[in-house]
Amino acid sequence: MGLTLAEKIISRRIGEEVRAEDIVVVPVDLLLAHEGTGPLALDRFSALERTRPATQVLFFSDHAAPAPRRELSNVQKRLRTFADQTGARFYPPGEGICHQIVAERWARPGQIILGADSHTCTAGALAAFATGMGSTDIAVAMALGQTWLRVPPSIRVEVEGTFPPMVTAKDVILHLIGRLGAEGANYQALEFGGPTVAAMSVEERMTLCNMAVEAGAKTGLCAADEQTRRFLASRGRADGYTPLAPDPDARYERRVHIPVDSLAPQVAFPHFVDNVRPVEEVGDVPVDQVFIGTCTNGRLSDFRIAARILQGRRVHPGVRLLVCPASRQVYLDALQEGLLQVFVEAGGLILPPGCGACVGVHQGVLADGERCLSTQNRNFQGRMGNPEAEIYLASPATAAATAVRGRITDPREFL
Amino acid sequence: MERILRGKVWRFGDGISTDHITPGRYYHLRGDLKALAEHTLEDADPEFARNARPGDFVVAGKNFGQGSSREHAALVLKERGIQAVIAPSFARIFFRNAVNVGLMPIICDTEGFETGDEIEVDVVEGRVRNLTRNFERTFRPLPPVMRAILASGGLIPHVLRYGGFRWQDTP
Repeated sequence: MGLTLAEKIISRRIGEEVRAEDIVVVPVDLLLAHEGTGPLALDRFSALERTRPATQVLFFSDHAAPAPRRELSNVQKRLRTFADQTGARFYPPGEGICHQIVAERWARPGQIILGADSHTCTAGALAAFATGMGSTDIAVAMALGQTWLRVPPSIRVEVEGTFPPMVTAKDVILHLIGRLGAEGANYQALEFGGPTVAAMSVEERMTLCNMAVEAGAKTGLCAADEQTRRFLASRGRADGYTPLAPDPDARYERRVHIPVDSLAPQVAFPHFVDNVRPVEEVGDVPVDQVFIGTCTNGRLSDFRIAARILQGRRVHPGVRLLVCPASRQVYLDALQEGLLQVFVEAGGLILPPGCGACVGVHQGVLADGERCLSTQNRNFQGRMGNPEAEIYLASPATAAATAVRGRITDPREFL
Repeated sequence: MERILRGKVWRFGDGISTDHITPGRYYHLRGDLKALAEHTLEDADPEFARNARPGDFVVAGKNFGQGSSREHAALVLKERGIQAVIAPSFARIFFRNAVNVGLMPIICDTEGFETGDEIEVDVVEGRVRNLTRNFERTFRPLPPVMRAILASGGLIPHVLRYGGFRWQDTP
């Protein structure tokens, strides 16, 4: 019997064959934390009486970038000081969202990556076994260079067909979460494959893997193939490429088929990510804010499709449009292509790369009774800083169409 | 840890997220656990934030703790003296965090429990008795690795004691 991607990565890294449900101790290749979770990890690390991490650690200032208050400036300073003293890496405000930087500069097929952030699973797009844990687990991995985990059973998600115009990876993952439910993949891995995934860029695969956790999954994974090699080569990291695929006779917990030919743009209603409907069934929902960005959809391909709709148009007068590049690199690429100019001319506002608006720390906090349509991954009550507000989730195309019309709009009206 | 725990129920619904437990608007308070804990679950039930007492239980619906990896979600409940969180299912990061910080998660059917009920939990036998409504539910013990971590009082004391992860040779 063959191995799933999750089983294969863990088996190779340990050096013996393991199977779903086994509880194993594994070496960890990369650790990450940010100003919301890093300080607690450092407290725990010193409680373990260690001074230098046993493996590569990255610290990010992305959740409050630049810091809106002194408590947060102080924790950022603490992370920077620790990094300076120990050889860990510190990314200051403006560099971007941790998951984007991990994909651009660090993640490689076959690695085991732990992050003190639930969306660490984003790196599964590069065939790394990447999962979110709490600060204590990260501190222990910093000290020991290893962690314990249960090898997850996998759900195979077969995506087939050609995307209709204005339908994207975000619609696939929202549709999938709507079908599985918010705990439908609890303790399991989501393994994405099939011809449509094979044709997807790494950026699109990141959108799929990013939201695996919204179905409860431990991680999301895509095979490492020609697309992966091209992505790594484009960032000067071709030497990090290894092809990696599940065995054809791997055993899956279940298989889910998603034919995209007939897939419509999808929208998740408040206050749950699995509360998903096709855009045709949304009804009349006026919005006050549209947010295009985050580790889910703040990349160049996301901005391209949004700019195609916003080019030469104005944002509806009742709407604030916020756009946030996921990293400095995305920011530069979008500048160079003129995409940011399109957003600003349309009436949009460009935020510095970071997570603040999505997590409700700062920038774009909603007023009481307001509604936001966002390309982010979560719409829980209070997520964007106000429990009296509502958040709807959709793709960058749906977001741009909504920004123009002032109510949730099918982007196919802009074909 | 005591074998028999007794206390009062605070009842919550399905899908309580880490944004309910520790809202992002209090992000700057993560370095001050006592101040952060004053806001515990306030968007789900403001009464809980005001009136929860040490020794109380959180009893919830399915997928408790979904969302972020913030360990503060488990820590604030512990800071408030919550003895255990009882729910039919948990999101995996919260579940692991709870064990790591020494907060007991109990996977158990919670249908029929209401705020204010008095309950008694036998952590060895795996039983929850609702003394107010006079019924009993059973639950399965945690996996051995998690039992070992919880028995040490959390992951940090566990690693300090054993120098790594030990579960085969611990009771």
